[in-house]
Amino acid sequence: MSLLEVRDLYVSYGGIEALKGISFDVEEGDIVTLIGANGAGKSTTLNCISGLVRAASGTIRYNGEEIQNMDSQKVVSRGISLVPEGRKVFPNLTVRENLLIGAYLRKDKAEIQEDLRKIYELFPRLEERHWQAAGTLSGGEQQMLAVGRGLMASPHLLMLDEPSLGLAPQLVKDIFSIIVRIQEMGKTVLLIEQNANAALNIANRAYVLSTGEIIKSGAGKELLDDQDVKDAYLGVQA
Amino acid sequence: MSFVTFIQHCLTGVSLGGAYALIAIGYSMVYGILLLINFAHADIFMMAGYFMIFSVSSFPWQISIPIVILGTVVLGVLIEKAAYMPLRSAPRMSIMISAIGVSYLLQNLATYLFSALPQAYPAIPPLKRQIRIGEVSASLVTFLTPVLTIILVFLLIFLLRKTKIGMAMRAVSKDYDTSKLMGIKINSIISLTFVIGSALAAVGSILYFTDRMSVTPFSGVLPGLKCFVAAVLGGIGSVPGAVIGGFLIGLSETFLVALGYSTFSDAFTFLLLILILLFRPTGLMGEDLQDKV
Repeated sequence: MSLLEVRDLYVSYGGIEALKGISFDVEEGDIVTLIGANGAGKSTTLNCISGLVRAASGTIRYNGEEIQNMDSQKVVSRGISLVPEGRKVFPNLTVRENLLIGAYLRKDKAEIQEDLRKIYELFPRLEERHWQAAGTLSGGEQQMLAVGRGLMASPHLLMLDEPSLGLAPQLVKDIFSIIVRIQEMGKTVLLIEQNANAALNIANRAYVLSTGEIIKSGAGKELLDDQDVKDAYLGVQA
Repeated sequence: MSFVTFIQHCLTGVSLGGAYALIAIGYSMVYGILLLINFAHADIFMMAGYFMIFSVSSFPWQISIPIVILGTVVLGVLIEKAAYMPLRSAPRMSIMISAIGVSYLLQNLATYLFSALPQAYPAIPPLKRQIRIGEVSASLVTFLTPVLTIILVFLLIFLLRKTKIGMAMRAVSKDYDTSKLMGIKINSIISLTFVIGSALAAVGSILYFTDRMSVTPFSGVLPGLKCFVAAVLGGIGSVPGAVIGGFLIGLSETFLVALGYSTFSDAFTFLLLILILLFRPTGLMGEDLQDKV
């Protein structure tokens, strides 16, 4: 049994079908990536797993439990954490508060402090700025904070929605190496990216999404060499 | 104006301002979290006045005060659940109209149930006791109001700044969806906002009506509008702003009356509203309006 199994998932917004029956699996400990153009339904997929968007039909199983159309709050408590697109840090809260609010549902105070220390180790810049309002951070720092906040929920499955969007090339590299480190920490990662090249390089498994349907799947490296994927998403002309 | 009269008026103004501040916080907090100007808040305040009249007729005042606070809190939360919660995803104008509707509903309900005739507000003997400090004399409630206001505001700011639930309230006020992703129950946080706002309005009503002696179904309208102005003046959404706004309005109103311009004291408040909206729409303590990035 996979950690996460999505079967025939349909989502529509006011009559427009954003997802037309997609199915995919996320195995424990893997980095799985969904790639695809704007509007392919990548964010919708993650938002639906998180309970922000309702599924019209289909099932989402996590650890064997059906979680489609569960409240976001319950989804988080099951161990799924979403780092939303556009970072969405709380600008009026300090960096430290943003991290602590990631652990909102947790009661284990000692371990929260321990996790906070680990996050600061992963992102030393956040520790330097722990007292600052998150709104004053740069885009890259906000992205680090959003990832750190997602990790503070102590999830088994961390979902990242376009973490490299709008970042300078050096920061993009940093983000991807951090995603690999998160995998090494024993987490499962479901990653959405427009930067298909970088995503496929670190992914164990990848799915290509196009206008609400999965049109290809395979190991990350395999898809890197796939001619159609190259043409459509990697910007390599044959 | 002699120094003693000046001090006397300051005291009256600060006392009135304290009651205004407590009510203004309710407007400001609800706006901060729902982006709604809760027009019914003034009438919740008025209903708190009637709750006091009725509970004092059966209980001693010591028990009546907690009953009034509890009753007002229940009313505030019920209004939220019945009139605002179903409109959570509706356009902002709909929920605003719903608030205006609730306001008229409460006024007319009060008229129907209690008649439009002024009802005597019970005197709470210790609050009415005269206290003299040097040349200045006033009833205890005049001294107590600002002190109590400061203490309650201090507690509220501590709750908002230093506790986990306060952190969640500040988060929800910025972003519902992301707050949900953190596992925060949005509806509980919104209810809590109404609990706090209504409880403070209940305390404000006890302090306010003790000096006024009577309640009518329309007693909430004018103080409600003034407290709304106070909230806007201070920067709506900001608790310290609402408090400063409350005290400023209370003081300026008292001094206008003292200087013989009592006819204009209400007009002045609304002139202030127009000026603040023209020249500093975010208020004294308000954050600059900026789009979320």
